[in-house]
Amino acid sequence: MMKIWIIANRELNAFFDSLIAYIMLVAFLGLTGFFTWLFGSDVFLANEASLQSFFSIAYWTLFFLIPALTMRLISEEKKTGTIELLLTRPVTDWQVILGKFGSVLLLVAVALALTLPYYITLLFLGPVDHGAVWSGYLGLILVSATYISLGIFTSSLTNNQIVSFLLTIFIGIFFHWIFNVLAGNFTGLTGQILSYLSVSTHYDSISRGVIDSKDLIYFCSFVFLALIGTKMVLSKRNMVD
Amino acid sequence: MNIIVKNFTRKYGTQRAVDNISFDVKPGEILGLLGPNGAGKTTTMRALVSYLAPSGGSVKVGGVSVLDFPEDVKKHIGYLPENNPLYEDMGVLDYLYFVARLQAIPSSQIKSRILEMVDTCGLEGEKHKKISELSKGYRQRVGLAQALIHDPKVLILDEPTTGLDPNQIVEIRTLIRKIGKEKTVILSSHILAEVEATCDRIIIINKGRIVADGTPKQLRKQATGREVLRLTIEDGDRDDIYQALKNLPQVEDVDLKHQHSFELHCLPGTSVRRQVFELCCNNGWTLTELTPVETKLEDIFRELTLN
Repeated sequence: MMKIWIIANRELNAFFDSLIAYIMLVAFLGLTGFFTWLFGSDVFLANEASLQSFFSIAYWTLFFLIPALTMRLISEEKKTGTIELLLTRPVTDWQVILGKFGSVLLLVAVALALTLPYYITLLFLGPVDHGAVWSGYLGLILVSATYISLGIFTSSLTNNQIVSFLLTIFIGIFFHWIFNVLAGNFTGLTGQILSYLSVSTHYDSISRGVIDSKDLIYFCSFVFLALIGTKMVLSKRNMVD
Repeated sequence: MNIIVKNFTRKYGTQRAVDNISFDVKPGEILGLLGPNGAGKTTTMRALVSYLAPSGGSVKVGGVSVLDFPEDVKKHIGYLPENNPLYEDMGVLDYLYFVARLQAIPSSQIKSRILEMVDTCGLEGEKHKKISELSKGYRQRVGLAQALIHDPKVLILDEPTTGLDPNQIVEIRTLIRKIGKEKTVILSSHILAEVEATCDRIIIINKGRIVADGTPKQLRKQATGREVLRLTIEDGDRDDIYQALKNLPQVEDVDLKHQHSFELHCLPGTSVRRQVFELCCNNGWTLTELTPVETKLEDIFRELTLN
C-alpha cells in the first residue's frame, strides 16, 4: 500500500510540476462551468435546481481530458527507459500500475471536488435532489476510473504518447457513444448486449440517482480487465517463449 | 551475497541472445563482463535484477531464485541500467528521496543516507538542480547514487563510466573498488582498460557465450602462451643480425622496427632469450635492449571475439 502511494505521489508531483494538472483543472472547470451556467441547456434554461446539465457535460469533458493525462504514464517511461529503473526496485508490477492509476483518479477527484461550489450554489436556487447529485458524482468517478484504466492499458502498448492518446479515444468512443447509438438501431439480444456494453447506459442510470449493482459490476469489471491487460503487457518482458 | 548463474539462456524469438552461460561471483569480488556490442551483457544483467526471465537455466542471488522471489532479491540489489535512465523532471534530491522510499529505507535514516550519497558521489554543488539540467557526468553520478542509496549487498552496473571525463572515470573506479571490498559487484563494459583497472575477474562474452573467464593475469597467459621480445642490437650490420635472428630455431617471425630494433615472435612454449644473448656474444654485437612484450588485453579480446 505504501509503495502504491509513493508511486502515485511521484506521478502527482509530475502532473503539477509540468503544469499538466493546472491546464487540466482549468479546462475542466472552464468547460463544465460554461455549459452548466452560461450556455446551451444550462441550469437556468432547464429551470430546475439540478446538476443534470453539469453531469452530461462533465461526461464528455472527462472523456477527452483523461486520455491526455494517462497517455504518458507508461509510454514515456518506456521511451526514456525509466520503466527498467522502476520495475527493478522492490515493487511489483501491480504496485506500479495501481500507483499510476490512483494518481490520475486522485487528480480527477480533485477536479470534481472543485465543482462542489456548483452544488452549493444550487442549494440557494431551489430544492435539490441530494441523492441524485451524489450518485451523479459517483457515476463520474466510476466513468473516470474506466477511462483511466483504458488509458493506462493503451499507454503500456506503445512508447509514443500520441498513439496512446488516439488509441484511448478510439477504443473509448465505442463504449462512450457508438455502442449506445447502435443499440438504438438493434432489437433483441444484439441491442441488449450493445446497450450493456455502453458506458453511457450505466452512467445515465447512476447519474439519475439509481445505484444498481449491475452498473457497479460493469464499471469494476471494465477497470479490472483493463488493468489485467496492462499487467500482462508489462510482464511480457518476463515471458519465457 | 553470492550470485550463481547456471546454464542461463535467454531467447528473443528464435535468436539466442544468451546461450547457456554459467558463472558465480563471491562477496568482495568485482566481476567484469566484457564483450562487443550485442554480446549479451545487458541481457545477463537484466536477468540478475529480475527484469527479464530466463528462457532456461537459473539465476540465484544469495541462494534465492530471482525468478521465484523477485521482491526478496530486488531489495538487496543496486542497479544502474544501461544508458542510465532518470526521471528528467525531478530534482536530484527529490529523485533520491523517491528511490530511498521505494527501497523502504526507514524514514529516520532517509535524510542521512541521501546526504551521504550526495557526498560520496560528489553531487554537492548540483543537488538543488533538476536532473534535466545536469551534464552527462553528473547524471551518471545520480545514477550511481540511486543504485547505492540503500547500501545494497549486490551491485550491478551496466557500463558505469560512459560519458564521464578521465578524472571522473578514475573517481568512479576508485569508488567501485572501495565499495567492492564488502559487496558483490558485477559491471559490464566494452572498454578493456576499465575492466582491467577495476575488476578482480573478467568474463568475456561473445555472441551469448562465455569465451574466457579468469583474472586479467590468467587471461593473458591463457591467450598467448608465446613469448614476444623487443630487442635492440648494435655494433653490427642490420641485415646480418636480421638473418641470424631469423635462423634461430625457436623464432617464428622477426619484425624490423627501427634502425637496430627488432621484435621477435617465438614458437609456442619456447624461450629464446639465452640464444639471443649467445648469438650476440659470438658475433661481437652489443645487446642494448631485451624486453619481453606483454600481450595487451586488447589483443586477447580481439582474438576471442573476432571469429
